[in-house]
Amino acid sequence: MFLIAAAAAPALPDWIVSLATIAFANALVVLGLIVMWRAGLVSFGQALYYCIGAYTVALVARRTGFTDAIGLIILGGMAAGLVAAVVGFLLARYREIFFAMLSLALSMILYGVLVKSESLGSTDGFSVSPPTFLGYAPHGDALGRALYWLTLGFGAIAAVFVGGYFRSLAGSLATAIRDNEIRVEFLGVSVTGIVHLKVIVSGVLGGLGGALAALAIGHVDPNMAYWTTSGSFVFVTILAGAGSIAAAFVGSLCFEALRSLAADVMPDLWQMTLGTALLLTILFLPEGLGSVVARLRRRGGAAT
Amino acid sequence: MSAILAVENLEKSFGSVVAARDINVSIPAEQTIGVIGANGAGKTTFINMITGHLTPTKGTIRFEDRDITGMASRDITRLGISRSFQVAQVFPTMTVLDNMCIAAAIARRRGGLFGAIATPLRSPDAMAEAEATLELFQIGLYRYTPANTLPQGIRKLLDIGMAVVGWPRLLLLDEPTSGISIEEKFNLMSVVMTALKSRKITVLFVEHDMEIVGRFAERVLAFYDGTVIADGPPAETLGQPRVQELITGVKLKPAGAAHA
Repeated sequence: MFLIAAAAAPALPDWIVSLATIAFANALVVLGLIVMWRAGLVSFGQALYYCIGAYTVALVARRTGFTDAIGLIILGGMAAGLVAAVVGFLLARYREIFFAMLSLALSMILYGVLVKSESLGSTDGFSVSPPTFLGYAPHGDALGRALYWLTLGFGAIAAVFVGGYFRSLAGSLATAIRDNEIRVEFLGVSVTGIVHLKVIVSGVLGGLGGALAALAIGHVDPNMAYWTTSGSFVFVTILAGAGSIAAAFVGSLCFEALRSLAADVMPDLWQMTLGTALLLTILFLPEGLGSVVARLRRRGGAAT
Repeated sequence: MSAILAVENLEKSFGSVVAARDINVSIPAEQTIGVIGANGAGKTTFINMITGHLTPTKGTIRFEDRDITGMASRDITRLGISRSFQVAQVFPTMTVLDNMCIAAAIARRRGGLFGAIATPLRSPDAMAEAEATLELFQIGLYRYTPANTLPQGIRKLLDIGMAVVGWPRLLLLDEPTSGISIEEKFNLMSVVMTALKSRKITVLFVEHDMEIVGRFAERVLAFYDGTVIADGPPAETLGQPRVQELITGVKLKPAGAAHA
């Protein structure tokens, strides 16, 4: 799937490439949400890691002149993972609405700090210098395509790792924790430890997504930490469903396409269009887009 | 025989309420012990202290000559003490096999959190162990049934099976037959006891049905008002006037004779 998307790049118009780049960068954040979603946890503050990843890329590039895209993105992911490891000590003790609200509060603290930081451009943010790729420094369309491929590369790697994680004991314990925490503890596993691990995994994914988005947009600003940003990630997660990894990418692409289309056709009503789409998803596809494939497969299996 | 579990001067109080006091019990390996007592007599408090769910106010608990007093329940589990619950604690949205796989994979994992990432859920070893335990408890037929649709008795067996799949040396069963119809009780207990015997597990089970206690226990601990008032073979213990007055209420035939 990633290879097809990669091969298609030269044939696609620029606006689709840039839209897809943002969509796939966001898909990494969504993947992080799915990791927690499976354990029954919803974070309304995923923008915290997204923004940390983005600002890390922007700041490192600006202060040190280090512009290698791969290095910057890995730094962004690591920085967000570090933040997640720290706040995880607090978050892992909460569940349900308390978990959601606490993560929201943490991301809004970052937003508040960034808005007050004159040296970081306050509400305007600042621009990100164009990255290089192992010494190769493309411009214009070539840069866009290079970033698109890079995003696909990181997406594919993340998909493989998250797939492995889901098949591991730690990943499988998500459902177990959602079902019955007492049983998990008495089988000899720390529930808090597993939840903490999930917070870190999703933090790293959020940071990678933010870092890629920063490079793709070429600009960072505090809105990246704002709750509406977190909200749109949750939106895509509902749209995609927690059933499959591919759904995160497809769902994110659908969301970006829908948003662009809605903003283009009905500039004043685009939010309403998105809202309607979400409502229809919840009503008719409560398990998200990912469940469509499973349904078709079931129907196909029944027919033959 | 050396004691697998030794409890000394155990006491637990919640504020001014004393839930358990002066408990002194030594249990040799592979013994099967019935724990009896009225509601609130301290049976579950006793079990909860051994499994680390409650921290004793006073006293020590030693398991295989190791002091486990006040340890976290998950660490105690990893030392070899497992438990089942009065209300079966399973993973309701998962199938019976997946429930067992999770338990088997946890039991086989090495190291802490990073061990859990490195351990696959369905390693051939864990799968084999899970299947073997399903067979041992005779619930293999329900392999692909989601746990929330299981009959009560099967769910109980699954709960106990999940506690056994990691080869514990001591197992605590909190009312294994609660919520089970009288006709099914004996059958369920004999499946459980046969399985546990085959794995040489030391068992402590809390039970209200004296016929079951008489049939399956080699030794009985009678709890009253937070402490042990009688400790000995079933026939002897259940025959004591104090036990009859405070716990069983009726005079029973010497247990073991009726069903043995």
